[in-house]
Amino acid sequence: MSSSSSLSSNSPCAACKFLRRKCQPECVFAPYFPPDQPQKFANVHKVFGASNVTKLLNELQPHQREDAVNSLAYEADMRLRDPVYGCVGVISLLQHQLRQLQMDLSCAKSELSKYQNLGGIASTATHGLLAAAAAAAATTAHHHQQFNFMTGGGGGGGGGGGRDHHHHLYHHHQFFPRDQPQQQQHQHMIRAFEGHGSNNFDASGLLIGQLSQFQAAGADGRRTPVDPS
Amino acid sequence: MASSSCYNSPCAACKFLRRKCLPGCIFAPYFPPEEPHKFANVHKIFGASNVTKLLNDLLPHQREDAVSTLAYEAEARVRDPVYGCVSAITFLQRQVERLQKELDDANADLLRYASCNDVSAPPFIGPQEIGSSLHNMTLSRRMGYDHGGGYHFPYPPSSWNDQNPSGGGGNI
Repeated sequence: MSSSSSLSSNSPCAACKFLRRKCQPECVFAPYFPPDQPQKFANVHKVFGASNVTKLLNELQPHQREDAVNSLAYEADMRLRDPVYGCVGVISLLQHQLRQLQMDLSCAKSELSKYQNLGGIASTATHGLLAAAAAAAATTAHHHQQFNFMTGGGGGGGGGGGRDHHHHLYHHHQFFPRDQPQQQQHQHMIRAFEGHGSNNFDASGLLIGQLSQFQAAGADGRRTPVDPS
Repeated sequence: MASSSCYNSPCAACKFLRRKCLPGCIFAPYFPPEEPHKFANVHKIFGASNVTKLLNDLLPHQREDAVSTLAYEAEARVRDPVYGCVSAITFLQRQVERLQKELDDANADLLRYASCNDVSAPPFIGPQEIGSSLHNMTLSRRMGYDHGGGYHFPYPPSSWNDQNPSGGGGNI
């Protein structure tokens, strides 16, 4: 827990500074909104409102409040960056990544099993497999260049290095049709939320529900790209 | 989009707020009277005035999706007051990390098989780099960050530190 030493006698917490009020010793915000992180409270206040956050924190046990504040701060940040989709946009992206990784992994394992079955087959056959995969990968790269028009950025999600192998040679089946903007992908997800009723808000349930939604969408051969319209 | 006729029945928002549902009510198209819980949750978590401001900042064609996502987040937060929908995000992040590792391992195995068969494997670094850098740029652009990974939940839940195999919960 951030041990904020923002005693009212020294420095008000970020919340009280923002609200321009005296930071009392028992201020509910003080432990979680240190004065050196003004943006954190500003975002939370803008999206949720101070009174809503107060009520929410008061309903929690003290040991739960730090996590609650951090998750609220994250949600607020995501909502301000993306006022339409907020955190749901992140969930959508992650599910898209997960689906692609599953497909890539499935293909990789399929190729691996071919190697394992080939065993002592002549090297020319395996060379042929690799050459075909290389050609497919080159075709995929061409498609990426054609349909992705993003610029900027370079680091990977979760730290750069780990993402470099995401689009490996077994990505050859990937196809981003030009008329499938990202908004449609999010809308697929949103319709799924509305259709699943009230039982899919735990993480595992959400994942299963959303994956089946995307698998249904992908079954007819359509894929939704990550790039926005 | 709901077509709540304000002349017959007030929308769920105005019913909740006990006010007259006027023809230009901003909530009416998105909070039909037959879904009272939707607005109740949104009101509890975000507050009516915050939602009004947010919707007013959006174009009309964006509002339905915005309300749907707000409703989703609100319901998730009502069900899980500590983590809300962020629990789904951290779960998915860990799944992605796990699958990425499996994929890396599978690729390593493939390279091993290729070298065992004494095949001079073509360098696949080019397509991979192009694909991964485009992917990362797409994520960056999507989230409006200057670097990829800005959407990662930066606060590892205090109760998960011992359970998270990756040890970080997706720290940036």
